[in-house]
Amino acid sequence: MKRHLLSTADLSADDATLILDTAAELARIADRPIKKLPTLRGRTVVNLFFEDSTRTRISFETAAKRLSADVINFSAKGSSVSKGESLKDTALTLEAMGADAVVVRHWASGGAYRLAHAGWIRSAVVNAGDGTHEHPTQALLDAYTLRSRLGSLEGRRVGIVGDVLHSRVARSNVHLLATLGAEVTLVAPPTLMPFAVDTWPCSYSYELDPVLPKLDAVMMLRVQRERMDQAFFPTEREYSRRYGLHAKRMAALPEHAVVMHPGPMNRGLEISAEVADSTRSTITEQVTNGVSVRMAVLYLLLGGSEPAIGTENEEGAK
Amino acid sequence: MTDGTEDLAVLSAAPESAAEQAMRAVLDASAVQRALTRIAHEILERTQGADDAVLLGIPTRGAHLASRLGRQIAAVEGLELPVGTLDVTMYRDDLRLKPARALGRTEIPGGGVDGKLVVLVDDVLFSGRTIRAALDALGDIGRPRAVQLAVLVDRGHRELPIRADYVGKNLPTAQRETVQVRLAETDGQDAVLLGVKKAGSR
Repeated sequence: MKRHLLSTADLSADDATLILDTAAELARIADRPIKKLPTLRGRTVVNLFFEDSTRTRISFETAAKRLSADVINFSAKGSSVSKGESLKDTALTLEAMGADAVVVRHWASGGAYRLAHAGWIRSAVVNAGDGTHEHPTQALLDAYTLRSRLGSLEGRRVGIVGDVLHSRVARSNVHLLATLGAEVTLVAPPTLMPFAVDTWPCSYSYELDPVLPKLDAVMMLRVQRERMDQAFFPTEREYSRRYGLHAKRMAALPEHAVVMHPGPMNRGLEISAEVADSTRSTITEQVTNGVSVRMAVLYLLLGGSEPAIGTENEEGAK
Repeated sequence: MTDGTEDLAVLSAAPESAAEQAMRAVLDASAVQRALTRIAHEILERTQGADDAVLLGIPTRGAHLASRLGRQIAAVEGLELPVGTLDVTMYRDDLRLKPARALGRTEIPGGGVDGKLVVLVDDVLFSGRTIRAALDALGDIGRPRAVQLAVLVDRGHRELPIRADYVGKNLPTAQRETVQVRLAETDGQDAVLLGVKKAGSR
């Protein structure tokens, strides 16, 4: 039986808590002189990136190496993909090389699901972002960061602000935070709010200012210019004035509230430099926590005789 | 079997697991306490006062035993030894035989282990594989001056060249038997139980 991590909607509260608890123990490795565990010795993890990424790819690579796995980095640029090779043929190549896990980022929503369920490969698939669909390890590291800053997630109020329509981070976070008992409020201009948002396990608002004073954490999303094929707001200055987080708005947050951003940031657009560099910002902490959370995911998927988390592969379980 | 036999009790298995055989108590609470007191004295004696000793318990029950030994030594000698825990899950050689397990806590005392005498503490010594994993884990944390091993029960059947320096009770067992250590901290009472393994386990 092979399992994958494709969507946070597939994780039960127990699964998610197991990942976060495991990550909390693994985080302590970072303080040791030897930052390495022998657990995944002889296993191969392939980073398959069809889209640009710095922190996610480096984070997965660091996580796999700290668990002693061998890492193969594969990015679409400079590979046969730029000659027109399909996802299927790339997958068959990886299968022939014997990868135990494939960490995949793809520009198409559902790319990771296709790779996991098409029967091309037998490896465990970890979704590292598929189009505008999901980015589960980002949500897990956000939940981890929130838990370590706020103590617990139960009943906490989290605002997710900005380009929700194009954000896989927002989708993954809404599901995971709801599973863990937090109350999520999405804030975006009507043009950047997804159509069926009222079916999501969260509330939403078109205005930022009335929401801020009630929040325990506010997560600013990047305005994804590369996915915007039409005008979603009149000007960047207007967007920034209504939905950007600057020092004056941050003052409206409760004393204990934290400011998050999944990176990369557009400083001056959705978040001001002053806010990004303040002590309430968890942005660099999120990067550090990302390694621990990804170590936990790789360990729980590959470490035992069968995975402890994730979704079953219906076709693969024959 | 000498100590504990006067209090032999038959403890019935939990009602929901009817398949589980009845477990026989081979050490009761006071026998466990006596064994720990003796180990504490032996550690002090054999390390000439234990000035540079660090107690590291292997979670979960070994960790509780280590803190109890620490308290005993403090009571006898007035010496507060550094006590910590060492989780060995990620170093086990049977990881791939079972589903991935939740991790225990590793808590190395502030002074570290470099140049210290580390006493590893566990509840049952059986195949020796846990201790091998612990030695590997310890090697990634620092370089102790020496490593010793204290266990509450040594049940034999070693699969590796490993022995304990301090043993609460040597308990000759058959492979088909199972030994369970219960501690007040985790199970509500202190006892060492011996029973017959359920068919199909291990």
